[in-house]
Amino acid sequence: MKKYTDTGKKDTRSGFGEGLYEAAVNNPDIVAMAADLTSSVKMDKFCKAFPERFFQCGIAEANMIGAAAGMALTGKTVFAGSFAEFVTGRVYDQVRQELAYGEANVKIAASHAGVTLGEDGATHQTMEDIALMRALPGMVVINPCDFNQTKAATIAAAEYKGPVYLRFGRPAVPNFTSADRKFEIGKAIIMNEGTDVTIIATGHLVWEAVQAAEALEKEGISAEVIDIATIKPVDRDAIVASAAKTRAVVCAEEHNMAGGLGELVAGILASECPTRMEFVNGQDRFGQSGTPSELMAAYGLDAEHIVLAAKKAIGKK
Amino acid sequence: MVSIDELKKISSQVRRDIIRMVSGAKSGHPGGSMSSTDFLTALYFGGVMKHDPATWTRSGKGQDVFILSAGHLSPVYYSLLARAGYFPVAELATFRKFGTRLQGHPSTETNLPGVFQPSGSLGQGLSVAAGTALGKKLDKDENLVYVLMGDGESEEGQIWEAAMFCSHQKIDNLIAITDWNMQQIDGNVDNIAGLGNLEGKWKSFGWEVLTCNGHDFNEILTAFAEAKGLAGKGKPIMILMHSDMGHGVDFMAGTNEWHGKAPSPELAEKALAQIEETLGDY
Repeated sequence: MKKYTDTGKKDTRSGFGEGLYEAAVNNPDIVAMAADLTSSVKMDKFCKAFPERFFQCGIAEANMIGAAAGMALTGKTVFAGSFAEFVTGRVYDQVRQELAYGEANVKIAASHAGVTLGEDGATHQTMEDIALMRALPGMVVINPCDFNQTKAATIAAAEYKGPVYLRFGRPAVPNFTSADRKFEIGKAIIMNEGTDVTIIATGHLVWEAVQAAEALEKEGISAEVIDIATIKPVDRDAIVASAAKTRAVVCAEEHNMAGGLGELVAGILASECPTRMEFVNGQDRFGQSGTPSELMAAYGLDAEHIVLAAKKAIGKK
Repeated sequence: MVSIDELKKISSQVRRDIIRMVSGAKSGHPGGSMSSTDFLTALYFGGVMKHDPATWTRSGKGQDVFILSAGHLSPVYYSLLARAGYFPVAELATFRKFGTRLQGHPSTETNLPGVFQPSGSLGQGLSVAAGTALGKKLDKDENLVYVLMGDGESEEGQIWEAAMFCSHQKIDNLIAITDWNMQQIDGNVDNIAGLGNLEGKWKSFGWEVLTCNGHDFNEILTAFAEAKGLAGKGKPIMILMHSDMGHGVDFMAGTNEWHGKAPSPELAEKALAQIEETLGDY
């Protein structure tokens, strides 16, 4: 089994900031827009390097999405960023009409997703954004797992022509994927091969899934771990092939059950390869104040709960 | 550029197209289409907007861009685009029918030439126009961006987000037009969510504001010329077009009744009897 090492905790949003800067150095048509959260979303490096290509929109997200679509019309690759809740729920209609239906080359940079936003509490912690974005025809939905992957995903999103929802988080988390791995949109990443159970995870839960697999190995259980960094278009073949092999699947995500990764995988397996499944997610609840790690534990979004879910799924075989 | 007599002929035919399209589809929005017919005819045919159907692309490069924010005005929009040569006039007969490129509200998915951006959900086009104008500035493209919105539409909060954004960013290559016909679906705008001093509002948001009789071609051309003269001077520009909903047909004019309703075949005949066929019906 492949062992993963945390090379030092870093926030995924900083991976975005680095990726945006690097992509922009090579592509003069990249512009960025923010709605008063420029440094929170880690656009400051871009901002400093390319002030003429940065547009401050103020606390007016709906206008930002519309303006991003207009800018994209003229041939620009636009990154429009804020907290995940404010660039999805608040502006769903604008994203739907201008970006998805209008097929605009705009990347929604959605930071502070999920409960790991922390102390600000439920108003700022979206656990519904993946569902909203996944429901839009033509929208690419990417939820990378660590700094390195977020940086690579940002560069890939910049190269892709069309609307992308790029979701990342606030806290410093383990950085464990390879720094030189190119991000392929729509491709699942097999983190570990196994035979008894498949753990399919996205975002911050991928590190937890890898830890869970190590714990399971100590108990003689062989777990396959799949990182679904692209939720749409999802890698159906990788999911079906793994489920056909292990016959037990756990889905883990920092998102509610409704419309999330778990339901997505369940839908695929129900038609392609009916499989016993368990789900690790925020269920059907709002978040609350607390530190990111307190909240991950409180909502059962950790390796310990993935291990329990894996055993339960295996037990149902 | 064509003469005012020619513009009147075109607008007459466009109004016939509107009545025939909406009647043929048994649905659609004739009222606002007819209140905005004259100034949009001037925009497309009066030498105001720089546009060329032969070289048109959705990027708008090298040309002026027009964003229709009030997407329900699709009948007047489609008629003008067809009459200007963006697509065959005969295609107007497919308006709102299954499989058409002429969707109820403008779509870019159907690749209808002349349409830059989808619209229908209101209040968004000014933001799109602002972004397009900024994109043109980055490209050092000196062409202009025009956008049309309704007065009822101006009840949307996003319009005022965009209003602030445009003046803050000194977007002076943008000419916005409000079709100030005073009507919306539920009644007179003043009785629904009154806009109050609309001219004062735009001025206080940092805009150059012109007002105009939206059915007088002399005034319209003068207002557009004045607006273009104000471009490049640091402020966004708004033209408030005083107009009558349903203008051109006596029983449709000045009421909210025909905002989003198709006339019956009998009423369509009655309406068409009041509008001269000048360029040939589709």
